Amino acid sequence: MRTIHTDVITKNIREMCIEANLYLADDVKNRILSGKEKEESALGKQILGQLEQNMEIAAQDEIPICQDTGMAIVFMNIGQDVHIEGGPLEDAINEGIRQGYRDGYLRKSVVADPLLRENTKDNTPGIIHYAIVPGESIEITIAPKGFGSENMSRVIMLKPADGEEGVKNAVLETVRLAGPNACPPMVIGVGIGGDFEKCAILAKKALTRNLDTPSPLPHIRKLEEELLDEINKTGIGPGGLGGRITALGLNIETYPTHIAGLPVAVNICCHVNRHVKRIL
Amino acid sequence: MDKHISVPFTNEVVKELHAGDYVYLTGTIYTARDAAHKRMYEAIGRGETLPIDVNNNVIYYLGPTPAREGQVIGSAGPTTSSRMDKYTPTLLDMGLKGMIGKGKRTPQVIEAMKKNTAVYFAAVGGAGALLSKCIKSAEVIAYDDLGTEAIRRLTVEDLPVIVVIDCEGNNLYETATKEYER
Ligand code: SF4
Repeated sequence: MRTIHTDVITKNIREMCIEANLYLADDVKNRILSGKEKEESALGKQILGQLEQNMEIAAQDEIPICQDTGMAIVFMNIGQDVHIEGGPLEDAINEGIRQGYRDGYLRKSVVADPLLRENTKDNTPGIIHYAIVPGESIEITIAPKGFGSENMSRVIMLKPADGEEGVKNAVLETVRLAGPNACPPMVIGVGIGGDFEKCAILAKKALTRNLDTPSPLPHIRKLEEELLDEINKTGIGPGGLGGRITALGLNIETYPTHIAGLPVAVNICCHVNRHVKRIL
Repeated sequence: MDKHISVPFTNEVVKELHAGDYVYLTGTIYTARDAAHKRMYEAIGRGETLPIDVNNNVIYYLGPTPAREGQVIGSAGPTTSSRMDKYTPTLLDMGLKGMIGKGKRTPQVIEAMKKNTAVYFAAVGGAGALLSKCIKSAEVIAYDDLGTEAIRRLTVEDLPVIVVIDCEGNNLYETATKEYER
């Protein structure tokens, strides 16, 4: 049994919110740079060059990479031998978000009620997914998510007979519909299986997986490669202004499902695919 | 083709801009996004005058991050334009000449742009730190309570944008994508 104080959790989440919004992880960064070399469209190359410059300015002047600093998505993997003291965990997480968004000069983009729409002015609450796992540590992933791309995401309840072809069509159609709205080059997270909400969470999780770590399942790995290839043939390109580099990467997560179902979720993210992980 | 133009501008300037042109804007523009559009639209409905004169002006769909000490503005890239589509034809009828955002527009907006000789530019989405460097002053002039969604007057210098839809209705999103489709 190990004891972790909520103050430690708050402090780490505060720092992670700021870090995620100023620096992209190397996997995403490297794909923007290699994309610039590969892009055939001159305008597309120029746009990818601007994204490169943008990352440099963001890091140097501590200006967020994008003005949509997102809603804070939090994955908490809590070891079952951890005891948390210091007050309610959820409050500690939201306090970390509050401090991070305040001290990091990040945008407050959350409204308290989806219909009345009054801004909470501190970017809380976050969206928190808890999992109880073996061990005595806590793994925290913070993934601030912009809504230009989130709005273009979909859950589609396919039939088993639709099979792999159905999954491919669902993903490609979602990407085509997203087009320039999702700030391409995009990163795509796909969840296959589970039920209605499980596949959506899988898709979000897929976005937090390193782009250079393909699925361990051979048939899924092949599907990831084929889909990325087909997405980059749509012609959407950087900024949606034509070109080859429409997506930087695509990750798929799967889960067992019902004999009658084939749920698919496509979570669209832009090139500002932010995620920071820490283990306490 | 690269062009340098000053804002605000008139029909004569708009007619010279064609889908695909790379344009650097210098002058005064205004920011407004979802909540400010809704408020302006409701004010028009009640017959009130708007806090900004949209005639011949350009609106940038932007909600920036807060500025740090010594900075003019925080990260300042475009938001998705389609959420403004419901309100845009009314503003175009009042003389709005240009919009800066990202993403597709409805046929109604494009029709209103043709009718009123207006232009739609895209700025590069997700390049807010870079774009902030082209903003030389920023001042909240209305709807302060909306926070990031308040209306701001910006002075910009060589703000890089691309003409996506011109006043004849040519749409770069459609033509350019087809060119690279395989
Ligand atoms: S979609 Fe991504 S890059 Fe575009 S504005 Fe939103 S967070 Fe920024």
